[in-house]
Amino acid sequence: MKKVNGAIVVNAERCKGCGLCVNACRLGLITMTKKTVNHKGYPYAEQQDWEKCNACRACAIVCPDGCITVYKSETSVD
Amino acid sequence: MTKEELISPENIVYEKPRLLNDVDMHYCPGCSHSMVHKLVAEVIDEMNLEERTIGICPVGCAVFAYRYIDIDWVEAAHGRAPAVASALNRMWPDHLVFTYQGDGDLACIGTGETIHALNRGENITIIFINNAIYGMTGGQMAPTTLMGMKTSTCPYGRQADLHGFPLPITDMAATLNGTCYVTRQAVHTVAAINRTKKALRKAFENSLQHKGASLVEIVSTCNSGWKMSPIKANEWMEQELFKAYPLGDLKDLEEGVIK
Ligand SMILES: Cc1ncc(C[n+]2csc(CCOP(=O)(O)OP(=O)(O)O)c2C)c(N)n1
Ligand code: SF4
Ligand code: SF4
Repeated sequence: MKKVNGAIVVNAERCKGCGLCVNACRLGLITMTKKTVNHKGYPYAEQQDWEKCNACRACAIVCPDGCITVYKSETSVD
Repeated sequence: MTKEELISPENIVYEKPRLLNDVDMHYCPGCSHSMVHKLVAEVIDEMNLEERTIGICPVGCAVFAYRYIDIDWVEAAHGRAPAVASALNRMWPDHLVFTYQGDGDLACIGTGETIHALNRGENITIIFINNAIYGMTGGQMAPTTLMGMKTSTCPYGRQADLHGFPLPITDMAATLNGTCYVTRQAVHTVAAINRTKKALRKAFENSLQHKGASLVEIVSTCNSGWKMSPIKANEWMEQELFKAYPLGDLKDLEEGVIK
């Protein structure tokens, strides 16, 4: 059997905190920072529980500013 | 597998398009302009047209588009982008020439240029960002503002007797003999984004094959101008704007679609 490993990396300094990726992730894995902001003064997106990410790319596709890189790798599990 | 092992260049399945520069785009958070820039950069790269594309920037929020996508650009005076594009494409017929314009630029001050370039069947693509207001200058009423919609210059809502009716410029474009492809899309969901990407590719192909003028309208959000959150703006667009501006192809000579 194959297991999909996925994870995202957000370019925090490019992020504008619009929250569209939070809305797009069906697994609810993305949250916005509450107490920290980037150099522009915006809260930014962060992925929680990367182990649950299936690399579907929805968050990255809807990010208007191209801030999200998606990684995917398949490993076999017996 | 550890996160460190996973986050390695060979595992990348999505990243910022190569032609989108590293500089921050000045658009407000969640603005459709950024989204469309990203798609234009992706499509030009996928079609291998980096060295053969000239974009024409409008006056409006997208006035700095030349900073963000790494192709050749010309900045036009307000509304004059289709005229500049016509000239450039006649000089360089082997180049992809497209304009990128807001509804104020395209459907108000530049109505004449738009209609005549489309009607002449110039082999150009017009990308039309319809957010129903003037975004850059503070959310004033545009020709595309909906009936009853409140803006900074019609605070009680657009009224027919005072302001006239919304101008259906895309529908008008579909009736002109010079246009080969007229479509209306949006960029608020993954599915809509994928459709817009296909539409842009088709329009660019038409231009390169000299089939006539293509118009890709993208019904867009201006959440700052509408005074809503980006997510709320997408919802409002679906509920209200799509009623007046329904998505889909209005004309596609190749597929025999003429509405
Ligand atoms: C000749 C001229 N008239 C007026 C203006 C002021 N002006 C700048 S942008 C703009 C409207 C832009 O609205 P739109 O085309 O809808 O683009 P958006 O900002 O919404 O993307 C106006 C009227 C100008 N710059 N030049
Ligand atoms: S969609 Fe992009 S810009 Fe918006 S919060 Fe997510 S990462 Fe940031
Ligand atoms: S004012 Fe409106 S159109 Fe202009 S960048 Fe902001 S959201 Fe986009």
